[in-house]
Amino acid sequence: MESIILQANKISKYFHDPSTIQVLKEITFSLNKGEFTSIIGKSGCGKSTLLYILSTMDTDYTGDLRIDGVGMRDKKEGELARVRNEKIGFVFQFHYLLNEFNVLRNVMLPGLKLGKYSEKEVEERAYQKLKILGIEKEALKIPNQLSGGQKQRVAIARAMVNDPLIIMGDEPTGNLDKKNTEIVFDIFKELSDVYNQTLLIVTHDNEFANRTHRIIEMEDGRIIRM
Amino acid sequence: MNFKLINSISVSLLVARWKQTLVAAIGVTFSITMFIALLSFMSGLNDMLDGLIVNRTPHIRLYNEIQASKNQPIDLSKEYKGHYNFIRSVKPKNERAQIHNCPAMIKALDNDDRVLGYAPKIVAQVFYNVGDIDLTGVINGVNVDEEARLFKFKDYVTAGNYIDLKNIPNSIILGKGAAEKMLANIGDVVQVTTSKGERMQLKVVGYFQSGIQEVDKVQSYASISTAQKLLGESKNYITDIQVKLKDIAWAPKMAKEYANLFDIEAVDIQTANSQFETGSSIRTLISYAVGITLLIVAGFGIYNILNMMIYEKMDSIAILKATGFSGNDVNRIFITIALSIGFFGGGMGLFLGFGLSNIIDNVPFNTASLPTIKTFPINYNPKFYFIGAVFSLVTTYLAGYFPSRKASKIDPVVIIRGK
Ligand SMILES: Nc1ncnc2c1ncn2[C@@H]1O[C@H](COP(=O)(O)OP(=O)(O)OP(=O)(O)O)[C@@H](O)[C@H]1O
Ligand SMILES: [Mg+2]
Repeated sequence: MESIILQANKISKYFHDPSTIQVLKEITFSLNKGEFTSIIGKSGCGKSTLLYILSTMDTDYTGDLRIDGVGMRDKKEGELARVRNEKIGFVFQFHYLLNEFNVLRNVMLPGLKLGKYSEKEVEERAYQKLKILGIEKEALKIPNQLSGGQKQRVAIARAMVNDPLIIMGDEPTGNLDKKNTEIVFDIFKELSDVYNQTLLIVTHDNEFANRTHRIIEMEDGRIIRM
Repeated sequence: MNFKLINSISVSLLVARWKQTLVAAIGVTFSITMFIALLSFMSGLNDMLDGLIVNRTPHIRLYNEIQASKNQPIDLSKEYKGHYNFIRSVKPKNERAQIHNCPAMIKALDNDDRVLGYAPKIVAQVFYNVGDIDLTGVINGVNVDEEARLFKFKDYVTAGNYIDLKNIPNSIILGKGAAEKMLANIGDVVQVTTSKGERMQLKVVGYFQSGIQEVDKVQSYASISTAQKLLGESKNYITDIQVKLKDIAWAPKMAKEYANLFDIEAVDIQTANSQFETGSSIRTLISYAVGITLLIVAGFGIYNILNMMIYEKMDSIAILKATGFSGNDVNRIFITIALSIGFFGGGMGLFLGFGLSNIIDNVPFNTASLPTIKTFPINYNPKFYFIGAVFSLVTTYLAGYFPSRKASKIDPVVIIRGK
C-alpha cells in the first residue's frame, strides 16, 4: 500500500517574462498509491504551474521529479510523451475534446497511441470507462452535442483509458455547476475507493478538498500544509 | 498500428476541413494538369520540328568537298623548307565530288555495330527544262529501299508510290514546289539538263514534300542508277554516304573518327543543325519553368491552408500532446495531410493532364508544309508523368514541412494556460 508513485524533490520554477520571478520554491512531497489528494491555495500561488511540471509537460524547472521511481530529468521529449501516455491521465478545466471524432473515439485515442491493445480491445476498454462514468449512451455522439458535465466526464474517461498510475486534474470542476461538480466528485471518490486509483486534483472548492484523503495547501509557491 | 492511427487522425482533420483541402488539392491538380499538357505539347512540337530535320538528315554525312589542296608544291619542296611563302588565289583542281575508296568504307561501316544503317547518295546539279525556261534544281540519286528504311522517305512522298522510283527506269519524284512550277502531273515526262549539258527525259512517278518549301522547289529524287546515267558516270560513282547511328549522341565523336579514318569530310547532325537543338532545349526549358512555377504557387496554397489548419487546431494539438502524442507524431500528422493533398491533387492532375493532352492531340492542325501532321502533336512520354508525380509530392512535402514543424513544436502548457 505504501508504495510511492510520485516524488517531487526541491522543485523550483522561475518565469523570466516580464521580470524574473520565482513561482515555485523548493516544492518537496510525495504521493502514495491509492491516495486521493487535493491541492488548494490562493489564485496565482502556483498550483497549475506545479501540475504542469508534475505531468511532465513543462520541463523548464530545477529540482527532481520521479514518477514510478524513474527520474524525469534526462528524458527526451518523445520519452516524456510516452510517460504521459502510459502513466498519467490529465483532466483540465476545459474538456479539450476533438470535435472531429465521436466520444468513443476521443476516449480511444490515447489507448490507440499506447498500442498495447488491439483496436477492438481499446474500443472495449473505452466503452467500459464510459460505462463507469455513466455516459455510455453518448458514445457515438460528437462532443459538441453533449452538455458541459457530460463533456467533462468524457474527458475523465479519456484520462482513464490507459489505466494510468495517477490521474491529475487542474480544477476539473471549475466550469461546472453544483450538481455536476457533485457527480464528478463522486466519480473520483469511486475511482479512489473501488479501483484504488491515485488522484491529484487542484481545486478552489474547499468543500471538495475536505472530502479528499489529503490536502496540500500552497501559498506563494510554497507548500504550507500537507 | 501507430501509422494507422496517425493516418486516421490526418484523414479526420482533412475531412473536417474538406473545403479548404479541396481548394488546395485543386491548386495542385491544376498545376500538374498544366504541367503535363504543356510539356507533352511542347515536346510534341519539338519532336515534330526536330523530325523535319532529323528524319531526313543523316547522323553523319560523308562526302568530298571540292577545295584547294592544303599542300601546295612549294610546301613539299626541300629547298624552301623553313621559309615562308605566300600564294594567293589558289584554285581547286578539277576534281570530282566522287568518294574514292567507297568499297573500303562500306566494308568498315558494315562491320561497325554502332551503325544502324547507311545509304549512298548522288547529288546532281541540274536544270529542269520548262519550255524556254531552265529552273535550277538538284536531283538526289538514292537507294530507294535504304532511304525508306532509314530516312522515312515514304512519309514524304505525298503523291504516287515511292517504290516506283526503283521499279520504273528513268523515273523521278519531283519536289512538290518544282512540280507546281513545271505543271508536271504524275505520269508526265519532264526534261532535265545536267550542269555539263547532258539532257535526259524522266517520267514523274510522285511528288515529294519535305515541309520546307524552299527545299521542295529545288529537290527531286531519282534512283542511284538513274542519277549515274544522268551524269554519265560509272556504277561506282557516289558523292555522299549517309550514315544513321544507333544513338544520335555518338555522331560528333564518330564523325571525327571517320574523317580521320577515311580522309574525307564528315559532318555530324549536331554541327549541321545546331540551331534546332538550341530551339528545342529552350522550349523545353520554358515549359519546365512554367510548370514548376505553377507547382510552387500551388505549394504556397498548401502552405497557407496547413498554417490555417494548425492555427485552428491548436487546442487539438495541445491535447494530443498532453495525452501522450510526441512532437514527432504531430509532425507526421500534418506531413501526412500535406502529402495526401499532393497525392490526390497530383494524381488527379496526372489524369486530367492526360485528358487535356488527348484533347489537344485531336485538335486538327493542317499546314501545307507538314504533310504528315494532321493534328497538334503531343508527346505522351511517361517521363513527364513521372516528373509531375514526383514534383507534386516534393512540393507538397516542402509546403507541409514548416507548418508541420511549427505544429510539432507547439507547447501544450502555453495553449492550456491560455484558456
Ligand atoms: N507564462 C508566464 N509568464 C510569467 N508569469 C507567469 C506565466 N504563467 C504563470 N505565471 C505566473 O505564475 C504564477 C502562478 O501561476 P499559476 O497559473 O500556477 O497559478 P494558480 O495557482 O494555478 O492560479 P489559479 O488558481 O488562478 O489557477 C502567477 O503569479 C502567474 O502570474
Ligand atoms: Mg491554475
